[in-house]
Formats: sequence, structure tokens, C-alpha cells
Amino acid sequence: MKITLFIPCYIDLCYPQVGKSIVQIFEKLGHQVECPESPACCGQPAFNTGYWEESQETAVKVLEQFRDAEVVVIPSGSCGAMIKVFYPELFEGSEYEELAKSVSSRCYEFTSFLVNRLGVIDLGARFPHKVTFHDGCHGLRELNNKLPPRVLLSKVKDLELIEMTAAEQCCGFGGTFSAKFPMISTAMGDTKCASALETGAEYITSCDSSCLMHLQGIISRRKMNIKTIHIAEILAQQ
Amino acid sequence: MNPLALEFKKRATASVADVNRRKLVLTALSKFEVKRNEKVAQFKNWQKGRELAAALKWDALENLAENLELLVNNLEKNGAKVHWAATGEEAKNIIASIAKEKNAKLIVKSKAMTAEEIHLNEALEKQGFEVVETDLGEFIVQLRNEPPYHIVFPAMHLTRYEISDLFSEKLKSQPTDKAEELTMIARRVLRDKYIRADIGITGGNFAVAELGAISITENEGNARLTAALPRVMITLIGIEKVVRRMEDLALFLPMLATAGAAQTISGYNTLYSGPRKSDEIDGPEEYHVVLLDNGRTELLADPVERDALRCIRCGACLNVCPIYKTIGGHAYGTTYCGPIGAVITPRMRGIEDWQHLSYASSLCGACTEICPVKIDLHHHLLKNRRIAGTKTPVWWQKTAFKIYAKISNSPTLWSLMTKFGRLGQKLHPLIKGTKLDPAYAWTKNRDLPPIAKQTFKEWWRMRK
Repeated sequence: MKITLFIPCYIDLCYPQVGKSIVQIFEKLGHQVECPESPACCGQPAFNTGYWEESQETAVKVLEQFRDAEVVVIPSGSCGAMIKVFYPELFEGSEYEELAKSVSSRCYEFTSFLVNRLGVIDLGARFPHKVTFHDGCHGLRELNNKLPPRVLLSKVKDLELIEMTAAEQCCGFGGTFSAKFPMISTAMGDTKCASALETGAEYITSCDSSCLMHLQGIISRRKMNIKTIHIAEILAQQ
Repeated sequence: MNPLALEFKKRATASVADVNRRKLVLTALSKFEVKRNEKVAQFKNWQKGRELAAALKWDALENLAENLELLVNNLEKNGAKVHWAATGEEAKNIIASIAKEKNAKLIVKSKAMTAEEIHLNEALEKQGFEVVETDLGEFIVQLRNEPPYHIVFPAMHLTRYEISDLFSEKLKSQPTDKAEELTMIARRVLRDKYIRADIGITGGNFAVAELGAISITENEGNARLTAALPRVMITLIGIEKVVRRMEDLALFLPMLATAGAAQTISGYNTLYSGPRKSDEIDGPEEYHVVLLDNGRTELLADPVERDALRCIRCGACLNVCPIYKTIGGHAYGTTYCGPIGAVITPRMRGIEDWQHLSYASSLCGACTEICPVKIDLHHHLLKNRRIAGTKTPVWWQKTAFKIYAKISNSPTLWSLMTKFGRLGQKLHPLIKGTKLDPAYAWTKNRDLPPIAKQTFKEWWRMRK
């Protein structure tokens, strides 16, 4: 299959190893991978702040890039939900409405693509660590993506998954919310980290680097004894 | 920034700093969650129950005019006097004039969010009436001279020690750390008030059109005493609370109890249909029902957000909201706090003044997931943001997003920005944590990840 990747801006800039892991996984499975140069962003920050016109400027570019893609895979529940759930709404009544719906139907979050579309659950990965999983809100509630990441993790050799009590509770990132209301955002992050620490896990993993960026920011600042890692990086470990 | 938004930020900051209070609320709500999940599991199919509840409420609202007419006709047939109040002011005037006409001195109240909404107590007190809240939680916050902390649990933010101190100070009681004793202290004070009260004011959970009756749910029995002992009973209820049939309550009462209080069914569910009849031994001589609009018909006219009128004020969205859990109920500065408050306050009291509440959310969607009547809460926050962004755009934000779109769409500009970013990050330690730091909102309490030596796109280009 020809898989077109959409690498979100913050993954491109700060977490290239997430993208590399995904390329490695798909190529190992015998698929052809493509990744357009631009756009870098899906337009979610503007959309979530209420500036739909500005959001459309980026989103149109995304639609044009992926017009002919067989499938589009995104290593993020958040950006995935933006394209899959919110693009049809963003372009409702415009000339791009049909294209938005069409791209939406061909677009997948990374773990749900592996499990639901490719039917792959065992990637032969090994990760001898205790891990706890954080459900990104968009992946969990907009894309209903609760099981795929857990199924994939359950097949990783020597990995022990310990669920935290607050697995489904928001980490407090929330995009521009994290900068508009930093005091609330970081307090929510503290609650999340405390719940993760209670499990005794060495790593917090997630389908979303954006949540992990926020949590890692708190972990580093407070010198907590836990690390963050995107699920793709675990699945690529041999 | 508008002053209301600034005040909100100040209060939120103070709440976050009040670590003990946060812990207290978080612990209470965590325990509540476990109990609520047990009760939810008792439903044969909770999701289908939500769908049905939403559909019933939707239907009641779609035919609101007809249902209200039926309700009013039946209430009047039962001997009740019905008053229409378009605004909070009107409702307050109606209630005050009834109180004056009856030469009332003392008014007892059972918990009513509608009364909080229109600030009824202040209005009545200003005119010389003594107003006493009889719901235990509400009684406590009234003694503290503060609004309810939560739609259903008004005093959940207080420890029993704080309540004991409050009672000692205001009621001259002996200090105690036993919840039962505290309840008994309040009961002694309140029983005397009930007996002396001239008027009892209640809210209402549902108004059943085909019966002409108001349904009130409670756990303490205080609403029953408020209704039964004084000569005059007044119910203040929002027009959106109307349901068509008695049998609708068969779903709504357990749903309200489950979502709102983690109970199978609440302690008391009573229907009030009119004053005492000649062959009845108790009940008020007069029963007044004040039907309140106060912005509800405007919300009804909104094709998307009108579903917020389905709200049964169970507080379920507050209990799961990570923002509410972090900042608590008082930080909002509104009658209705939490997700439902953040949705309806900007629509009822002006988007310009209250839009900050729509932004004070991570849009996590936990509220929408739990809402027993399936209000699309977090998507409404998004919609409110769109209205704000269109009606009152912030110029620098709009410009920043425009520029970011240009950069994001051009590989050349993106590469250039990456390089600038790396340079910026080298210089960042010089200003990090100071007011000059453009990323101060982030870096004050969090570290920023470095831009990679080789970005993904740079790697991809090399590889090709």
C-alpha cells in the first residue's frame, strides 16, 4: 500500500524520531511511504482559537496535498481528529466540502491504522520496561481510539503496561489553552503526572507527542522520576 | 484584556495555589466517580438511556409553547397561580410583591439554581425580608455569604472542621467534628424557621405538562418542609424544565440521581400540583409558579446550541471536568459553573464579557461524554470561540495565525523558521523565565523541548 504521512509541526521540529519510527515500521511491513514537504500544520491552533478563516488557509493546502492519497496516516490523535472530524465542519458549505469529506474518510491516526485498517497487532517489538498509557483526549473521545494502542502495547515483548487511575483524564495541554491559562494547564499536568508516578512506571507513553511535550516539560522542570515516549518509538524497538 | 477575564485569571490562580482545597475537592470527586460508575452500571443500557433522555427533552423543547400552555392550564386547574417572567428583574418583582401582599417577614427557601441565577435573595433582603436557605449545603454557604460551589453540592469545598467553626461563630454552637452533630445543629435552627416562615420558595427539577405539576428531587426533605409548612408556596422554575408526560419521569428521575448524586434514586421525589384542597390536612393555602425565561428563548432560537436547554442541572459535567476539579466552582464568577456554565453564560450574559470561559477549557470532551442528556458541551465551547473570533477578533492573534499559515504552507519559510528557532533557542537562556521571554507562559512552570539537530523533514529530504 502507498501510505502518505502527515507529520505534525511539533513532531517535525522536536520529535523527528517519532516520524522515523513510523517510516521504519511501515517499510518493514512492506509498504511504500510518502511524505509531502508542506504544509507543516493542520490548522488546529487557529481553528481551536476561533479563527476559522486562518485555519482554512492551512487546511486547504492539506486537502490539496492529500487529494490523491490512498491513505493518510497521522501520528497524533489530535491532528488526526482535526482532519478526520473537524475538516468537514470547517469546510461545510464551501467548495472544498466534498474534498474535505473525502480526505477525512481516507485519514487515520497511526495506531488505529495499524490495528483497524492493516489488521496488524504484533510488530515484533521488544521494550523491557514498565509503561503507563495516557489517552489523548481527541484520540479517545473524537476518534474513539481507546483499544488500538493498548492492543499494540500488549504484544510488545517484555513490556509491562500499568494503567494509571487518571488514564482518561486530560493532561492539561489543550493547545493554545496551555499558554492562555498556564496556571490551570500546569496544575492539570501535575495531577496527571502524580497519577502516572503512582503506577511506578518508567515511561508515560501516548499516541500524542503534544500531550507528552507538555508532560515532559513539567517532568523535567520538577525533576520527576519518569520519562515520556511516543508509542511509535516503542513499537519500532527491536 | 476585559476586567471579567482578568478577575477570572486571578481567581483561578488563587484556586490553583490553594493546594489543600484542591486535594479535598479532587478526593471527593474521585470517590464520587467510583460510586457513579457503579450506579451507571445498574442501567441495562446507559447509552440508550442517554439517547432517550436527550430525545424526550428535545421533543419537549421542540414543542415548548404547546407544552407550556398545557402545563399552565393544568396548573391553574389545580388551583395554582401562574406568573410569567421574561427577565430576572420581573421574576424578582413578582415574588417580592407576593411577599409584600402577604405581609411576610420570614421566607424559607429550598435550593434553587434559578434563584441564584437572578440573585433573588439579595433582592428580597434589600426589601427587608429575612431569607433562609434550608438545604444544608446552601444553608452553610449562605452563612458564609458566598455562592454555591457546585450546582448539586453547594458546600463540597468545606471540611467539617470549617463548618463546625462557622456554626460556632454564627450559631453559637459547641464545636464538633461529627457530621451528624453538625446536621443536628442546622436542623434545630431550621425547624424553628420553618414553623415561623410565611412563605416557602422552591426551585423545580421538572414541570410535568400533562399533570400540571412540579417535580422536585432532594435528599434531605427540606424542600418538602419548605412546601408544606408556610401558608404560601412559590416555585421559581425555568421554562426549559417542562416535560410532557408523567412517565418521562420514570427515566429522568433515576438519570438525575445517577448522574448528579451517584444514587439509584434520590431520597425524596415529590410532585407539587397546587394548594391544599379542602379535604387535605396539610399543604400551602396558595401555590404560585413563576415561569422564568431570562434568555432561554434566545438560546432556543440558536439552531446549534439550543441543546443546552436540555440541561437537567445534574452537575455531572462539573464532576468530570479537569478544569472544574482544578479551579473549583467560585473561580468562574458565574451562577452556573463548570462546562455547562462556560457554554451558557457567554450566550446568556454576552459573549464579549464572558468569552474567556469558552477559552478556559482544554476541549477534552469528558463533559460531553458523561452528560445524561447528551449536550454537545465541548463542541459548543469551540463554537463560542468561533463567534468570539469573528465578532471580536484580537488583532495580534489573527495576524499571528495568518503569518503562521503562510510559514506552514511554504517549505522554504518553514526551513527558515526552523533555523531561526534554533538560533532563538541558543539565545533563550538569556531571557528565560523573565518577562522578556516570549514563551514565558510556557516556560514559567515547564521546560520547552529543543528543536532537533535534524528535523524530520530535513531527514526525509536527505533520505530521498
